[in-house]
Amino acid sequence: MSELTKKSLTEIANLIKKKEIKSEELTKSFIKNIEKDKKLNSLVTKCSESALKKAKDFDKKPKLDTLLPGIPIAVKDLFCTSGVKTTAGSKMLENFIPNYESTITNNLWNEGAFLLGKLNCDEYAMGSSNETSYFGNVMNPIAENTVPGGSSGGSASALAADLTPATIGTDTGGSIRQPASFTGTVGLKPTYGLCSRWGIVAFASSLDQAGPMTRNVEDCALMLEAMASFDERDSTSINKKKENYSKNLTDKIKGLKIGIPKEYRVEGMSKEIEKLWENGKKILKDSGAEIVDISLPNTKYALPAYYIVAPAEASSNLARYDGVKYGFRSSKGNNLIEMYENTRSEGFGDEVKRRILIGTYVLSSGYYDAYYLKAQKVRQLIKNDFDQAFKKVDTILTPSTPSSAFKIGEKKDDPISMYLNDIFTVPVNLAGIPAISIPAGHDNNKFPLGLQLIGKPLDEQKLLNTAFAVEKKINFKQILNRWWEK
Amino acid sequence: MSIDKDKIKHISKLARISLDAKKTDSLTKDLSSIFKFIEQLNELNTDKTEPLSSILNEPLRSRKDVVNDGKIREKILENSPQKNEEFFVVPKVIE
Repeated sequence: MSELTKKSLTEIANLIKKKEIKSEELTKSFIKNIEKDKKLNSLVTKCSESALKKAKDFDKKPKLDTLLPGIPIAVKDLFCTSGVKTTAGSKMLENFIPNYESTITNNLWNEGAFLLGKLNCDEYAMGSSNETSYFGNVMNPIAENTVPGGSSGGSASALAADLTPATIGTDTGGSIRQPASFTGTVGLKPTYGLCSRWGIVAFASSLDQAGPMTRNVEDCALMLEAMASFDERDSTSINKKKENYSKNLTDKIKGLKIGIPKEYRVEGMSKEIEKLWENGKKILKDSGAEIVDISLPNTKYALPAYYIVAPAEASSNLARYDGVKYGFRSSKGNNLIEMYENTRSEGFGDEVKRRILIGTYVLSSGYYDAYYLKAQKVRQLIKNDFDQAFKKVDTILTPSTPSSAFKIGEKKDDPISMYLNDIFTVPVNLAGIPAISIPAGHDNNKFPLGLQLIGKPLDEQKLLNTAFAVEKKINFKQILNRWWEK
Repeated sequence: MSIDKDKIKHISKLARISLDAKKTDSLTKDLSSIFKFIEQLNELNTDKTEPLSSILNEPLRSRKDVVNDGKIREKILENSPQKNEEFFVVPKVIE
């Protein structure tokens, strides 16, 4: 029953609950797909054996009152998994086996799921094409030699190729939403603080947020429900009541006000994206929502501010990789300092070095005010823009990315053109608010394109509802010839 | 602010990352273009803007000062590249 892998997460959860299928049968069909991953390169570690054992254990003693009963799930290799190698896509952590479990993965396992594998990602989640991973680039199932986006590229690719029924990623500047858009899948970045960061390899702590990646909006609501929790161990975790996002999901959005920010109509935006955006507006209008023109005047400055804040926090977070306590250590060097310098030189890839150096520079003596402080002020202005907008509207509609997926190597040598991929996603991270990308159409090459909906802080329900309404009317169909299996 | 090779050498020293000549050259080029991009921010007058200090609307929580872990020395040492009994081993520091 290989068709099982094509079903949505919600469907398979229901089939297990109704005892129509067993976890073992389900797990075996995903393992079969995973065995053909070679050309996609979406997995760093396969956990087939342990997953099968967990499936059998589940079938013996099924816990059916959970959200994800007996469901195997592969996760981004940035989440620490106890006893299973966690690499963050880096040589630095090539052999790192955590002896603790991240809160998010733990929440999933408590809801009946178990680990199917660890998914490739850009090194330390720094990248927009999954080309910076030490374990090689991931390919997009939509076409050979095409990037899946990044940094959660392995997650997006595995999900789109039916290697996992749902997955989780992390989003610091668009790392869930951009790959979702590139692969025709759904990706949500929750409000900062809704999902615990404990046990996630840190990139930029004031921006990092974990979120679900799924085949449809209903699955996304279900996953978010399983993931979100208050966590004592994350000092920025928000203490709020758990919400039933999946139960409360509705496509009735009559009377909702949807903002269209004029600043997102950027120079050189393709006709196809313009059309996609117009179509989204029309669908929302037809669903009874009101379209309101809004302005987010400081949008242009989000990306340059991000490239101060994120590298600054990264340079501080990544100072811990010194070859002493865990991770890679260089055998070269005659003293402690040389050992540090060689370890970090050999252990980190080019993009990570680039960002550590940017961060070190902006935080170095004499430059703090000119860069970091300036960026934090700009960040405040961007947050104010959203605060003002949300006085007038409930949700904001924009394209997810300025283009569809590009070829491997196309942007690798030009960091700025690579960074521009995140132009529509970064402002949301700076403001700490939630946003979702849903597949909304195809370009002339039949590559998927996504629309982004941005919501008020902790208003994930309305965001999911709006996305649900749009999804129903768009009726997006994934086009895959499964080239990687040939 | 222009980025030259000497600046890159200085920053890489602060960041404890050794760079060969080729890498120094390519990073000088990359960082120059990145900082040119970043400096768009100077167009924006922020004299009257307070810097954002926390993205959360509430202050950071504090918890009760109680021990909630401990006795995990073995676990902490588990992933060390080089250890000796209960110590991390590093290259000789004192002559």
